[in-house]
Amino acid sequence: MYFDLSKPQKLLQQSVRDFCKREIPISRVRALMETDSAMDDSLWMEMAEQGWIGLHLDEQYGGLGLGPVELSVVAEELGRACVPGPWLSTNWAATLLASIGGPVASELLPGVFDGSMRITIAALEEQGSWSFDPAVMETRLSENGKKTVTEAVTVNVLNGRKYLVQHAQQADHLLCVAGVDDELCLLTIPVASDGLRITSTPGIDATRKVYQCDFSNVPIRRDQILARGDEARQALQQSQNVAMVAVCSEMLGILQWLLKTTVEYAKSRKQFDRVIGSFQVVQHMCADLLLLTESARSAVWNAAWALQENLDANRAVAVAKVYVSDAVRKAGNLAVQSHGGIGFTWEHDLHLYYKRAKADEYLFGDATFHRERLAEMILG
Amino acid sequence: MDLNLTPDEQKFRDELRSWLAANVPEPWPGHRRGEADAGYWDHLRDWQQKLFGGGWAGVSWPVEYGGRGASPIQQSIFLAEVARARAPEHFGVIGEGLVGPTIMAVGSEQQKQKFLPRILSGKDIWCQGYSEPNSGSDLASLSTRAIRDGEHFVVNGQKIWTSFAQIADWCLLLVRTDTSVAKHKGITCLLVDMKSPGVSTKPLRQMSGDSGFNEVFFTDVRVPIENQLGELNNGWRVGLVVLMNERANLGASVYVSFEETMRQLIEHCRTRKRNGRLLAEDPLVRQNIAQAHVELELFRLNTDRALSRSNAGETPGPEGSILKLYWSEMNQRLSQTAMEILGDTAQLSTFDNGNWAYRYLRSRGNTIEGGTSEIQRNILAERVLGMPKSY
Repeated sequence: MYFDLSKPQKLLQQSVRDFCKREIPISRVRALMETDSAMDDSLWMEMAEQGWIGLHLDEQYGGLGLGPVELSVVAEELGRACVPGPWLSTNWAATLLASIGGPVASELLPGVFDGSMRITIAALEEQGSWSFDPAVMETRLSENGKKTVTEAVTVNVLNGRKYLVQHAQQADHLLCVAGVDDELCLLTIPVASDGLRITSTPGIDATRKVYQCDFSNVPIRRDQILARGDEARQALQQSQNVAMVAVCSEMLGILQWLLKTTVEYAKSRKQFDRVIGSFQVVQHMCADLLLLTESARSAVWNAAWALQENLDANRAVAVAKVYVSDAVRKAGNLAVQSHGGIGFTWEHDLHLYYKRAKADEYLFGDATFHRERLAEMILG
Repeated sequence: MDLNLTPDEQKFRDELRSWLAANVPEPWPGHRRGEADAGYWDHLRDWQQKLFGGGWAGVSWPVEYGGRGASPIQQSIFLAEVARARAPEHFGVIGEGLVGPTIMAVGSEQQKQKFLPRILSGKDIWCQGYSEPNSGSDLASLSTRAIRDGEHFVVNGQKIWTSFAQIADWCLLLVRTDTSVAKHKGITCLLVDMKSPGVSTKPLRQMSGDSGFNEVFFTDVRVPIENQLGELNNGWRVGLVVLMNERANLGASVYVSFEETMRQLIEHCRTRKRNGRLLAEDPLVRQNIAQAHVELELFRLNTDRALSRSNAGETPGPEGSILKLYWSEMNQRLSQTAMEILGDTAQLSTFDNGNWAYRYLRSRGNTIEGGTSEIQRNILAERVLGMPKSY
């Protein structure tokens, strides 16, 4: 048993960390979050050049062919630097496309990996959940009102609404999760399609932009239907597991930042003529931050490894999402409290991480959601 | 990263499993620690000797001292498998896990030859005399005195929270040998024969009703000077090595017992009803069970990560405090979860032999024994995070 990063993985970690330090200081994060897109083409192309988009995906599509552990390493460092933009959503979408395969994957993925093609996923609905029950899905594919898609070529239409779609405005293509009859289907939709309206809906985390997508009789050709039924469900689940490892790793990076920043502050801030880090109440908050961070690391690495080994990844990933989602919230609260007044200001960087953490807590389902999934696995 | 056991580790586990399958005795009927009679102690002693005979005593001890030279991971496999096989409680745990390694590290050649073989074979059972009524978290303030008198120390004082003292043959005892220096610098470690005149023990009854610990009284107890372990007045450092070991070692075997608790709780959820509905169908129960599962998994993973670190040659350090802090608080939450799910019934001694109420009460001690949670947090803050000393 060897429960640590390998040498090459540690080198990768160092190179991402160095890149972020050099290219994405927090001043740049702040500048980007004030823009409409929170992304910068030159930065995106540089990240693509580093191979960080689709690094875990097959070389046949232009990925690096590395695994979920390497993906986790990169995500953690990007989280630690609070890197803005669509890295996470792009990797989720790319994973979904790659797991479906076929001509659309071959067509789109090389461009996704080199940074020239932007994709995202429109999945969540306001009255749905991350379990994507087709029976209650508002966004539906239909054949001009009739209930079949089997023979039609151009007459399928999509109606409905998705929300919390990351970086939809900056994307060239949306991958859309929709209901058809009593099944799920996955569609690819150019953002320029007739009947598609994308509206900005600013969220708590300004470093990642989220949008509402309204579909009003959007025409869907048969070749835009990537998968349906069990195939769609499986591809979606698989891609979500990968993306959840990435988002948990990102939260782990946030935890590391919170721990380091809070301990440094406690060692330098003086009250009552002594550093506040000499008070046990403050020390104990820092010790709890350490415990949360180290435990989150165990959970994240285990999930990444389980995914890599094709073990019971559903369970390992759910365990990680439950633990890390709760941990990063508790840690954020401890960090703000330990900082006192300065931690509550816009001026301090803490709120950037705090808000990213809050958004990540819900992304792909919060702890309560995944506890119920685990209960299903344990109790039936 | 590879969380699978290596072929060597698997071989070790398989060999152990088949030995256990053939050698673990029938469980002692109705036993709960502290409620033991002489027959039970013999049962434990027999088991220690059986382990020794099979070559499974002192698995982590170096081969030169009669051990198996097992790696930290193999040692944890050993502890987990022994617990899974429902083998008797490890009678020699203090001798094997704490006293032996300390003697190996700082003992004289004569002490090694005299004590180590008897620890391994189960001939000598050890206890550990550390805490005192007025020295708990501030252990270094201990006041049990040892005064040199010719070729002996004369010991006077009292220890408390001493496991196995009522049947132990020997005691690893921390005593004050110099009152004129800083408290950490006047402590010496002695190896004391528990049959010496002037040693008496009294069981200490806990809130859970049983007596897992003892008070030990020393009145003019004469200890030969060759039984001083390590240097005079260096006992604090000698004792600390042992405490670090204690924190790092506990993980593997307690995990198995929590796993078993969880299994029993899940079984109840699947079969017991409240107001006509299975517990397993109650959304709140489901949340609580899943949360307990997550926390237990994290305990396993944190332990494995720490083991993997020591396997790579890094010595067990203050990070052991994370494990101790985590499992002790987790066990209290787990116990409460069980009480909450089982409801009114769980307080009854007639339900599951009173085990749920017992483990709920017993778990309160977890965040106190072996260093309170507050002390663990101090250690983490000072020694891992480099924050200033706070007391």
